[in-house]
Amino acid sequence: MSGAPANIYEQQAANRRNTLLVMATFILFVGFLGLGFDLFILGFGSDGIAFPAVTIIALLLGAFSAYNGLQSGAVSVLRSSGAVPAPADDPRYRQIHNVVEEIAIAAGVPKPEVYLIPDPDPNAFATGKDPAHASIAVTQGLLDKLSRDELQGVVAHEMGHVRNLDIRLMTVVAALIGAVMLLTELGLRTMRFGGGRKSSSRGGGGAGGVILFIIWIVALILAPFISRILAMAVSRQREFLADASGAELTRNPGALASALEKIDAAVEPTRSIKKGTAHLCIANPLGSDINEREGFLADIFATHPPIRKRIMILRGMAYQHG
Amino acid sequence: MSFFLIFALVVVAILIWAIAQYNSLITLRNQVTNGWKQIDVQLKRRHDLIPNLVNTVKGYMEFEQETLQKVIAARNAAVTATGVADAAAKEGALSGALSRLFALAENYPTLKSNETVKQLQEELSSTENKISFARQFYNDIATKFNIAQQVFPGNIIARLFGFTPSELFEVTEAAERSVPQVDLSLKK
Repeated sequence: MSGAPANIYEQQAANRRNTLLVMATFILFVGFLGLGFDLFILGFGSDGIAFPAVTIIALLLGAFSAYNGLQSGAVSVLRSSGAVPAPADDPRYRQIHNVVEEIAIAAGVPKPEVYLIPDPDPNAFATGKDPAHASIAVTQGLLDKLSRDELQGVVAHEMGHVRNLDIRLMTVVAALIGAVMLLTELGLRTMRFGGGRKSSSRGGGGAGGVILFIIWIVALILAPFISRILAMAVSRQREFLADASGAELTRNPGALASALEKIDAAVEPTRSIKKGTAHLCIANPLGSDINEREGFLADIFATHPPIRKRIMILRGMAYQHG
Repeated sequence: MSFFLIFALVVVAILIWAIAQYNSLITLRNQVTNGWKQIDVQLKRRHDLIPNLVNTVKGYMEFEQETLQKVIAARNAAVTATGVADAAAKEGALSGALSRLFALAENYPTLKSNETVKQLQEELSSTENKISFARQFYNDIATKFNIAQQVFPGNIIARLFGFTPSELFEVTEAAERSVPQVDLSLKK
């Protein structure tokens, strides 16, 4: 997950690999939670049960939900941001359908589904398992504020994510962040509930047991933070490449630059888009300041690179194109 | 014995390489055909849209009969085009005639505010974009196909199985390169 990928084939390969890595990590994490449950609450390995049943069940459930996240993550991402399919025969949405189809032709991929988010703030994201099962969602604000060329630039940026297979990784991450949060909550609750049992049934677990227990708790508490930081790191590197792919498709980097300026100028946060899907969007929907700073903290917590830096790079490309 | 083994291994390696080379050429050829089909679909759509547009604007632009005639003539010529080079030339002429029509339409405020015309214009300009994107995609893939046939040692396989280079869809017509001339003087 490091280094700048040189071309879209490397990027696709890296995305396939990282998707599997994220899914495997998630399954192991869930198994780890189950193991803790077996060790500290049911007393596996001491005087309690003789078989780590919860661990096995947790691994199976983890594998199932990771697979589910890959297969139908897009549906839940779209649903959570209140996106509805944009009717193709409605004259108001003809333009966005046309623009998406144009860019799909340019990228040589099937036309993605077009979704509309009824939100006045301009923003957009792409999601899906692969280019044949992809969706692009735009807010009403984006349609209202942008010219046709600028809209083309934004759609081309999203199509870059589709073609580079960024959508697969980002959708899986989005789907699994929710699951990690839920599981952490569940784990911490069970621990509180089962705490009394543990002390009475196990008694002398030894120093090793205590250390393991502490590691388990710390992992449980840190998991949501780590998964968020992971999501952000995964997202940030991809934005520059998607900008560049977008410019390559339309041969008009200036239009995307001016679209980003308009999106940046709209200070309102995009309320429809939840924290868990922030890393999918073209610009940070939370409207937070951290994306505009550079430095260590910004590097860890920002979902997107500074928008001004992106505009500068695109303007440079536009200058070279003449 | 070991010499024979090495010889057999080399033959097998060459065979595997030849099969891979052949298959990649076939894949590229299919992509080229598919890319051309994409252009064809969009060209057909443009041909279908133009009579609608001309009929709608006819009433408004009675002084521009000549321009409308030219669009219709260019459209009818384009429909009968055969082969990549011929289509490229005739479609280029049609693009030129159309852009002249759109430039002239700017002079008619009532025309510009007509909803049907607006929608037709959106459809047509989108089709124009689709044609140029499809052309961009087709030319990229056709170039890749042609290069794969020409570089050594792939050219041996290409020659052996009779692959022929694909024509590029090039803008040959002067009309598409030149800026449309707009006469802004008042008509008598």
